[in-house]
Amino acid sequence: MSCWETIADYGLRSIGIGERLLPRSDFTLCQQVTLIGSGMLWNIYFGVFALASGFFLATAVAVGKAARNRWIRKPSEWFIFLFRGSPLFIQFFFAYFLFLSLKSQFAFFDPFTAAWLGALIVLFLNTAAYSGEIFYGAYRAIPRGEVEAADAYGLSGWARFRRIIWPTMLRLAWPAYTNEAIFLFHATTLVFFSGFPAWQQRGDALYYASYFADKTFNPFVPYPILAGFFILVTLCIVALFGWVNRRLNRHLPQEARPKMRFRMNLIR
Amino acid sequence: MFAYCADPATLDTLPWLSCFLTTGVHFAFYAAFIKVVLLLAITAPVALAFGFAGAMTARSRILPVSWLGKGYISIVRGVPDIAFFLFFVIALDQGFEYLRHVVLCPDWDQPVRQGNDFLVCPAAKLPLGTAPEWQHEFYGFFLAVITFALVFGAFAANVLYGAMRSVPRGQMETAEAYGMSRRQAFWRIMVPQMWVYALPGLSNLWMVLVKATPLLFLLGVEDIVYWARELGGTKTPRFTDYPHGDWRMWYFLALLVFYLAFTRVSEVLLERLNTRLSRGQSTITKRAGA
Repeated sequence: MSCWETIADYGLRSIGIGERLLPRSDFTLCQQVTLIGSGMLWNIYFGVFALASGFFLATAVAVGKAARNRWIRKPSEWFIFLFRGSPLFIQFFFAYFLFLSLKSQFAFFDPFTAAWLGALIVLFLNTAAYSGEIFYGAYRAIPRGEVEAADAYGLSGWARFRRIIWPTMLRLAWPAYTNEAIFLFHATTLVFFSGFPAWQQRGDALYYASYFADKTFNPFVPYPILAGFFILVTLCIVALFGWVNRRLNRHLPQEARPKMRFRMNLIR
Repeated sequence: MFAYCADPATLDTLPWLSCFLTTGVHFAFYAAFIKVVLLLAITAPVALAFGFAGAMTARSRILPVSWLGKGYISIVRGVPDIAFFLFFVIALDQGFEYLRHVVLCPDWDQPVRQGNDFLVCPAAKLPLGTAPEWQHEFYGFFLAVITFALVFGAFAANVLYGAMRSVPRGQMETAEAYGMSRRQAFWRIMVPQMWVYALPGLSNLWMVLVKATPLLFLLGVEDIVYWARELGGTKTPRFTDYPHGDWRMWYFLALLVFYLAFTRVSEVLLERLNTRLSRGQSTITKRAGA
């Protein structure tokens, strides 16, 4: 079987299109690359949707944490503490079993036990908490002068937030937020190892990688393939976020623009 | 455990719960918490040592050696940590067995990899096929510790490497002016001073390490996640005196609370340590992660 046929068969296997049965023996390199790459679709799906939706909640939580009213501040602080203080792995498990017991009482929760929705919700809340903390730090670092200038121009309330505070906050938070995005993509690999079942063996990249490692008892092929895919995704994120970063900072003189510095250790 | 536990079916909620929570399997569950703490207590110093070695290697003046150190630091960044965990457990196991195979069975002529099998001579198996159960468990735990230490050592190396570079230049110049050799200056001036700069990063790392402990489950160790899944599952009266429905949600809620408390306490303690260490130091204690 040629490699093109393998790609045609397994390229979209992770979303249920193509050959139903996974290869059982005599794994070729092509099969491993194709299936693991097909699993990446799930990682990208989780990462993109969680980031995109989490962004808005993160902004709200960051502003909430900086609010003077304690009825707004306290819930925001607790939300951030709850999701940053506990392991994502445990959050997945808890959410899965929570949805499972809700499902037995209300039919409405039926889709929540599937990874595509349930895990997405957990990732959405989780990234909202982590980015919320980043945005909060940036919010507090907004130069006083900018806010005062906005006041002097007669901007207030929503207009001041929308045109002055929010863009500055994003600008300051962006390097750290890029990092958060990278680690969110890494965190998506936990989904199918934490209760959420991979229905009909439709799993993510790590699911297939560990499938091959278990079957061949040789970790030296599938995991480097997985690593390669993730490095590729990381490079794409860096390029995309770097472009946004340049746009956010385009009004600044050349030397005042913050360099993108990559920090790590945000594993949840 | 208590005398009144003889017939649980007749008990009220509260005594029933007190009996239920003190059954033998529950003590295994509580022991698993100790396992987690033990893993942390062993891994943290080992990872720090790995990190120190890594940072020293990265600072080396011999180029290939410094590349080795920098490679070690950067390789863990681009790839999900859980992939490393899954990878290292098998890779280390096979590595050890292969080394033993080469040493113990020199006249073994078959290849080690045959299709989908990894075959070493019986004498090289780790632990030996005849070994008692505790040795298997111990070996699993040992592999987990090494894996954690390898991955987190890379993170620690990054933090320490940054901290070493933050020690003010003047300090090192003064050491040179006093006639210290490069090695003396490193051990007597740089190492004692770098901790203050490393502490914010190391505290962060500690939190990350605490939150990574549930991954022990993936390494095949019977840890709290394993027991929570086991104990929480539906129990029918046929097999147990304490039948209950699907309680896994509550077990995982307990784990969630455990971790929240653990990270909160660590946070407070590390904050105190930080104020104590930076007393009298003219540093801006910045939240530098790297």
